Amino acid sequence: MTGRTAALRESPASEAVRRTLAGNKLQLGQIWFQGLLMAALIVALGVLVSLLLDVFERGGAMLAQRGVDFLTAGTSANPAIAGVGQGIFGSLVIVVMVLVFAFPVGIGAAIYIEEYARDTFLTRVLNAAVRNLAGVPAIVYGLLGLAVFVIILSSVTGGRSVIAGGFTMAALVMPIVVITTAESLRAVPRSIREAGFGVGATKWQVIRHHVLPYAAPGILTGSILTLSRAFGETAPLVLAGGVLGGFATRPGLGVVETLQGPYTALPLIVFNWARQPSDGFRQLSAAAIIVLLAIILLLNGAAIYLRSRFEKRW
Amino acid sequence: MLTLTDLRGSPTRRGRETLIRAMFLGAAAVSLVISALIVLTLVGRALDFISRVDIADLVSVGWLPRRGYFDIATIFFGTLVITAIGMVIATPLGLGAAIYLSEYASPRRRRVLKPIIELLAGIPSVVLGFYAIAVLAPAMVQPLCGSNSIFSMGAAGLGVGILITPLIASVAEDAMHAVPMSLREASYGLGARKRSTSLRVVLPAAVSGIVAALILGVSRGIGETMVVSIAAGAVGGSVFTVNPCLPGQTMTAAMTALATGSDQAQVGAELAVPSLFFVGLLLFAITLGLNLVSERFVRRVRKAY
Repeated sequence: MTGRTAALRESPASEAVRRTLAGNKLQLGQIWFQGLLMAALIVALGVLVSLLLDVFERGGAMLAQRGVDFLTAGTSANPAIAGVGQGIFGSLVIVVMVLVFAFPVGIGAAIYIEEYARDTFLTRVLNAAVRNLAGVPAIVYGLLGLAVFVIILSSVTGGRSVIAGGFTMAALVMPIVVITTAESLRAVPRSIREAGFGVGATKWQVIRHHVLPYAAPGILTGSILTLSRAFGETAPLVLAGGVLGGFATRPGLGVVETLQGPYTALPLIVFNWARQPSDGFRQLSAAAIIVLLAIILLLNGAAIYLRSRFEKRW
Repeated sequence: MLTLTDLRGSPTRRGRETLIRAMFLGAAAVSLVISALIVLTLVGRALDFISRVDIADLVSVGWLPRRGYFDIATIFFGTLVITAIGMVIATPLGLGAAIYLSEYASPRRRRVLKPIIELLAGIPSVVLGFYAIAVLAPAMVQPLCGSNSIFSMGAAGLGVGILITPLIASVAEDAMHAVPMSLREASYGLGARKRSTSLRVVLPAAVSGIVAALILGVSRGIGETMVVSIAAGAVGGSVFTVNPCLPGQTMTAAMTALATGSDQAQVGAELAVPSLFFVGLLLFAITLGLNLVSERFVRRVRKAY
């Protein structure tokens, strides 16, 4: 049996048929085109790799040598002792404020839009507002932060403070949370909800006990990605009062005074150092980038892993 | 005997439902509040700037807020040059990657490659700004231009291109992935090869989504701030130029330069801060317009299949 098919395959007739079907030409054009497409991907990946290599080459040695000192030291005009401590503190406060303000509001808004809202004029306006907000350039949120949180609400925020920065970032991130959450909610099939209503559950009971658990992995993934976005976003903080030069954190201040005082964030420090022409600051900047990228790639990696782990097809 | 009141359920239960619904409505209203605040602050302060600035200063030698020159054309064309360079880089790379991922890659390869694109998309723009000035400028722009300065609009444009490549790739890939398999099968049935099928069947079928991806890329490039602030130079302002080898100023970089520089302290620069909002309003209007157009295109894809 196998001998016969092998003989068939080698017969001159079948070879001729195969040739004709293949158009008699070597498919050079096809291969060339596919190679071109792969090249596009390879260039994109090459950038990622060369970026990481360059950053490690410049900043890796310094980071390894300074170690914990670099992570805790304050900003300084002297590259030998400057560190990212204040930046990490500022970024953490901002991330916590995003978690506390943007996430509950964003998820709540998404639940309203997906589960409660009927197709009315108000709903359409709401949808348009969210989508447009998500497309507004980050720096415009910086203007919002400068005008509203730094200037108008200065009695609450203390002016150019980390509170103002945190609120600005929360405003920037909120529409993104709404969109990713709404997508996860939409992916839960109608039948799940109908089954819930069928046994007499109220709207909230259906959402709480059936829709949200199914949507949770998606919401979690989106939230992690959003959080990493908030961690790396720089432009709005530049306008919303983040300090680019050095400042001294005075010891012995209360929580409120610290939060209302001057602040900086990890990406702001990278920005400030990257602009300095001296080699010392280039190294510092690369070292700060390693810290920043480590956090962001870790968050994004976790999100991508979670998504592939919990991916569900209905 | 079952009455209507029984069917209505317990009043406490209904009360709680109404309360919860109101809470979610309140959360949703926050986005309306933020939108209104953005528009109000931008328009209000931009009007303040317009009413105080000498209109002749809006068309002058360059964007030099310290000296009271607010030439809109300088920052507008600076933005255009950098976005154009970015799109020249990102369009072939992004579309190429999208076609490969959607049409050529095996499911296994796709599962590995797509996350890498997403990781690239997750890199903060400050980091790409550093990359543009530390790697791209000395390796590509300086030899090409024969210039000494590491700051140039060219380097910033390359950085912006890298930034928007993953965006274009993922939106275009989504669009091509949504093209029904039956169209490809029909094409193969007629004897077309993979390349003809990809270019003449899938690409035209996904054209709305691809156009949307490109428009989104342009919008993102126009709004990009940090890459330009770091790599394009011209912190103090710039005279009018469209030469990519020279430092230049964009709308976004002009804003960070004003916020970070010593401009606020300068005499005669009392218009500097209001001018921020004027530029911001301009930027907001342009990107809003582009986003609305791209949304139209995306909706057309959804309608088709």
